[in-house]
Amino acid sequence: MIWNQNKECMSIDQMHDLQGKRLQKLVKKVYHSTPFYRKKMQEMDITPGDIRTIEDIVKLPFTTKQDLRDNYPCGMFAVPNSEIVRIHASSGTTGNPTIVGYTRNDLEIWQECIARCLAAYGLTNNDIFSVSYGYGLFTGGLGAHYGAEFLGATVIPASTGNTEKHVKLIRDLGITGIASTPSYALYLAETIEKMGIDVKELKLRTGVFGAEPWTENMRREIESRLHINAYNLYGLSEIMGPGVAYECECKNGSHIAEDHFYPEIISPDTLENLPAGQKGELVFTTLTKEGMPLLRYRTKDLCSIMEGECPCGRTNVRISRIMGRSDDMLIIRGINVFPSQVESVILGMPEFEPHYQLIVDRINNLDTLQVLAEVRKEYLSDEISGMLALKKRLADKLKSVLTVSVDVKLVEPNSIERSSGKSQRVIDKRIMK
Amino acid sequence: MIIKQLSIFLENKGGRINEVAKTLAREGINMQAFSMAETADFGILRLIVSDVEHAVEVLRKADFAVMLTDVIHAQCPNKPGGLAEILDKMALHDVFIEYMYAFSEGDTANIILRPTDMQKCIEVLEK
Repeated sequence: MIWNQNKECMSIDQMHDLQGKRLQKLVKKVYHSTPFYRKKMQEMDITPGDIRTIEDIVKLPFTTKQDLRDNYPCGMFAVPNSEIVRIHASSGTTGNPTIVGYTRNDLEIWQECIARCLAAYGLTNNDIFSVSYGYGLFTGGLGAHYGAEFLGATVIPASTGNTEKHVKLIRDLGITGIASTPSYALYLAETIEKMGIDVKELKLRTGVFGAEPWTENMRREIESRLHINAYNLYGLSEIMGPGVAYECECKNGSHIAEDHFYPEIISPDTLENLPAGQKGELVFTTLTKEGMPLLRYRTKDLCSIMEGECPCGRTNVRISRIMGRSDDMLIIRGINVFPSQVESVILGMPEFEPHYQLIVDRINNLDTLQVLAEVRKEYLSDEISGMLALKKRLADKLKSVLTVSVDVKLVEPNSIERSSGKSQRVIDKRIMK
Repeated sequence: MIIKQLSIFLENKGGRINEVAKTLAREGINMQAFSMAETADFGILRLIVSDVEHAVEVLRKADFAVMLTDVIHAQCPNKPGGLAEILDKMALHDVFIEYMYAFSEGDTANIILRPTDMQKCIEVLEK
């Protein structure tokens, strides 16, 4: 079903017109309300009057994650605190999380965007829908939750953890749809099998998966093991959260809610716009955001804009699957992890050499992160208990910074390869085909 | 008697202990006692050797993480109840043992002890 026929199927000319008008208004707003953007625009010698159509967007400055960090915590907000009704945060690389503020309007648009996604997956107010993203600072849980309520579905805030209880609820309540990370879906399938429940007896038929990149192979596996249709949901907290783009029944690319989020694909090297079909870095401008509007935010996600019309009837442009990152960010169980976060923890502890390695794997369908750390000779202990305490201290610190569990492995001094050039800090064993 | 023990931090991977043994063999250093404490991913090899300083030097050169630890070498008759007599004394005087290992030669058993309190342990053993 198409939730918002008017916006999702708008003619391309009308859409460009709408985007242009919204961009004009947005640029005026940030110029006057966000000192960061005013300064940037003045440096580039542009004024809001220079922006008249959506094509003028290329004149505007880019925004990076570093800019958000430099303006921590609320420097990018464009409204006074009295208008902010919610804050979310994602993990940061230098101890500071990225803070995102939403006005009441922002939350309304967010739930509308999620409703568009869920409707595209065939969900309706007759569905019983469990949200198995983490609830809390992470945008996944509450974002999907309110969108599903807005759709009118019966929402089960299952969150993560206690999977056996979740399976029981899926069976006993007749849950028909679920939102989670794709890796959690496979873990769920395994739990169902272990509990001796026949998946065909469950009413589950639709899965909404996002927060980490996944593959067609993984889709096939999830669909056959859970007996559902599995759809991609794309989003990022800096822009809004889940719901920025979504698949339709065609399962061929994700439609962007482009009346709210204007997409560009740029070359990460030249920063020039790339034509449809070419792979580059995805950039978003939040056309209607009030709390924390962003101009040309560089997502670092690599993908392409797809050419041609989608048979579903939606005219909103589609992006391909995310094919990688233009930085070194890892996504572990839906959580963003930068190797530099691990480095800052290790360098902050005198017991360890500044050499480390991250080994990422997927074991029993769950992402695992192992950190190899070298203990400095002078901090070695002759007693196992002393070494285990040291190992635990590092694991605890990493957990608190990364918000994801880490398996620390203490290794012998000088055992991690030193290389003069770019050392291989990360070994990602997950097969992404 | 207080003696020096070599403690070597080793990752649990095939052939590591053998590499220690070979390094010492090449230099003509004899291992007199040997014990391995292990966890899932690492272990600590504890050694008593004939020439401590030389052993430390060659092992460090070969990039092993070697520490020197003071331990107590005690002896008792190699017969039933020999060890129990020593341990009774320890328990009576509240001397805790971090770890220990033993080997016997003929009529004598040699015990290597790492107590939490070295001085107290020696006093108790001398009683």
